[in-house]
Amino acid sequence: MHLAALDWGFIFEQTFAQAVALNAAVYAIAAIGLNVHFGYAGLLNFGQVGFVAMGAYGMGLTVTYWGQDNVILAVIVGMLFAAAFALILGVPTLRLRADYLAIVTIVAAEIIRLLARSTALRGITRGAEGLNEFVGPFRDLSPFDPSQTYGFGPWQYRGTQFFSILLGWAVVLLCAVLVWRLMNSPWGRVVKAIKEDEDAVSALGKNAYWYKMQALILGGVIGGFAGMVLAIGNATVQPDFFVAPLTFFFWLVLILGGVGKVWSPIVGAVLYWGLITFIRNLGRGLVDEGIIPTSVMDTSQVDQIQFWVVGISLALLMIFRPQGIFGSKEEMALDAR
Amino acid sequence: MNDSTHITQRTHSSGIRSLLIRASAIAGLVLLMLGMTPLVAVAEGESVSVRLRYTDVETGEKTAAVDVAFTVRDESGATVGEGTTDDEGRIELALPGPGTYELEIDPGSLPEGINLRDPDRATATVVVEEGQSGAAIFALVQGEGSSGDSGITLRQVAQLTVEGIKFGLFLGMAAIGLSLIFGTTGLVNFAHGEMVGWGMLLAYLFNFYGLAGAFGFMEGWPAPFGDGINLIFATLFAIVGGAALGYAFDRLLFAPLRRRGASLIAQMVVTIGIGILLRYLFLFGFRGTPRFFKDYTAQSALDLGLIEITPKDLITAIISIMVLAGVGLFIQRARMGKAMRAVADNRDLAESSGIDVQRVIRFVWTLGGSLAALGGVFIGLSEQVSWNIGFRILLLIFAGVILGGLGTAYGALVGSLVVGIGIQLSTLFIPTELKNVGAYALLILVLIIRPQGILGRAERVG
Repeated sequence: MHLAALDWGFIFEQTFAQAVALNAAVYAIAAIGLNVHFGYAGLLNFGQVGFVAMGAYGMGLTVTYWGQDNVILAVIVGMLFAAAFALILGVPTLRLRADYLAIVTIVAAEIIRLLARSTALRGITRGAEGLNEFVGPFRDLSPFDPSQTYGFGPWQYRGTQFFSILLGWAVVLLCAVLVWRLMNSPWGRVVKAIKEDEDAVSALGKNAYWYKMQALILGGVIGGFAGMVLAIGNATVQPDFFVAPLTFFFWLVLILGGVGKVWSPIVGAVLYWGLITFIRNLGRGLVDEGIIPTSVMDTSQVDQIQFWVVGISLALLMIFRPQGIFGSKEEMALDAR
Repeated sequence: MNDSTHITQRTHSSGIRSLLIRASAIAGLVLLMLGMTPLVAVAEGESVSVRLRYTDVETGEKTAAVDVAFTVRDESGATVGEGTTDDEGRIELALPGPGTYELEIDPGSLPEGINLRDPDRATATVVVEEGQSGAAIFALVQGEGSSGDSGITLRQVAQLTVEGIKFGLFLGMAAIGLSLIFGTTGLVNFAHGEMVGWGMLLAYLFNFYGLAGAFGFMEGWPAPFGDGINLIFATLFAIVGGAALGYAFDRLLFAPLRRRGASLIAQMVVTIGIGILLRYLFLFGFRGTPRFFKDYTAQSALDLGLIEITPKDLITAIISIMVLAGVGLFIQRARMGKAMRAVADNRDLAESSGIDVQRVIRFVWTLGGSLAALGGVFIGLSEQVSWNIGFRILLLIFAGVILGGLGTAYGALVGSLVVGIGIQLSTLFIPTELKNVGAYALLILVLIIRPQGILGRAERVG
């Protein structure tokens, strides 16, 4: 074997760098939102990517069309977009069984993407090309010099990149602390009780429907934050990023860490991105070195391996360890009814 | 990953070990079938194509418009390609990459006496996906074109309705399996679209290469091992393969999971994982470019007065009707069909009256798999064969099934027909790129107004 020929230094450097980079933060925030939905309130949201898209578009459109530098307003509009999406989804489905919510959310997320990329709305959303001219006011907030490199060890980033990554993890921490506090409040106890036994909670005089709606909005707005961080980091909002299957990657992150635990989405996101980057770079190295012959797989196909890993992990985790790393087995034992 | 250490700790439990072996056996089987050798290497690249024809007023025949000039521009307005149509009225212009393009026809280069039906529409916007070929349509007439919106003609409505029924029938074949599996087990199978894709790709494999396309050592063996076979026989293999996949899903994955008391949500997430895995194994084996089957691709449409339909579409639609009627009769009359309805109605009662529920469920999976595979072949024949049909069609299957009533076989069929016809007719009013949005919106609307669907019963949902 020529495994020694591989550039292991580069592979591990990439792995560590990507494990905490922008994408990991975005996935962590989206999964925290999912955790509120599924982990605490028992809502089966398969369209989290729709909330992410709403947050990103709300913020991007505001800067593009209304306020040139009113950053706060843009963030608030992004939150309102996500909250409105939650309201629209919640009204028809929260009274129905969990699997109906799952189907409606995934379909609604796809509607968002198709509308955003349509030529009919091109005057507003700029079609498939997306919004690309909104990031200025956010970049202006960065205290870092764009031409400088910041960080240490494998974690070296350019100024703007460093800013968006720090911003991302700051939002992750804020959301995690917010969720942690809320779930230990009387409100959180009611939400968790609804997941256990909705009828019992209703019998105690609580409006279960309204509590579920609040949880849907809260998790959705957190998902919207993921979209805003993503938009600022990538300086673009493109509809085809928000494809429906992306939601299931957030799900893998959540399940990997353990459903219903505050810190698990963060651990899950770091592990996920570390693992995926490791596999991708190892695969590319193996093909480049000829250890995997091109008759079996070429470079363009190497990147497909990560999707196999995602699919297999999702299935195997569910079969053998549904509680993930930190969760308790009971969380996933609840039925769809 | 942490879960792998966990698995090794628990291998003393034979049930879990065998489940792991079985799960990997499925994955291995699929990998073997599709992954051993890539089927064919095709040059990736985006293009836009037009076939320009008009109906000759005197002969009534479709005639190619030759030597018509086209220009294609990118979104900044820069010209990225030019060309003229060939002897068959075709033109294909290569594009620099995926994106949105404006294709403009030069009306001055049209043959004598031929005009654009709508002179205001000399440009078409084409959205081209990565590795795909976009198509644009320019309607031509002999004589003067009419400007503006000429209204909706009966002919258009009839043609779109027929297209919609055809697609609805194919969709219905895929949807019945999903609905029956839900009815008997309560599980929403998110991998059902991949069962459609599996059938489509198996037929493609047998049609072009025989099994040698997946197992290189069979090179030179007689068909269907070492050589391709006619699509009709390839379809039979695809149906058997689809049944095998459905059977394997239940036998190796979901029956053991049910025995262990796994929750429905956990099982649903398993179907999602398996679906993602299969979809990207399909991409690995088939590559990204959509392609046609070997047989019956280029057919000229039969003119039936009000509508036009190609023979292959007519025949596949008739076969679909016969198959669906057969399934309906089976559910209504046969012992197994009655048992299926009994299990869907009340599982415990069915079990206590002596029905082997596990056997019924396994049969439903097998039937669902074969129907999905057949639907997949027909969709591939009427459109193109592609690796990601699974996810593209899954949401439409959901729309059909929920519209008709989740858990009922007839509901799935009725709902699918409504979705198929609705999608096609909606293109009269909304842009084609948004036609699926209409179906999705209908799904959500139904859940607000009548959550149990057209044929469902109210207590299913509560």
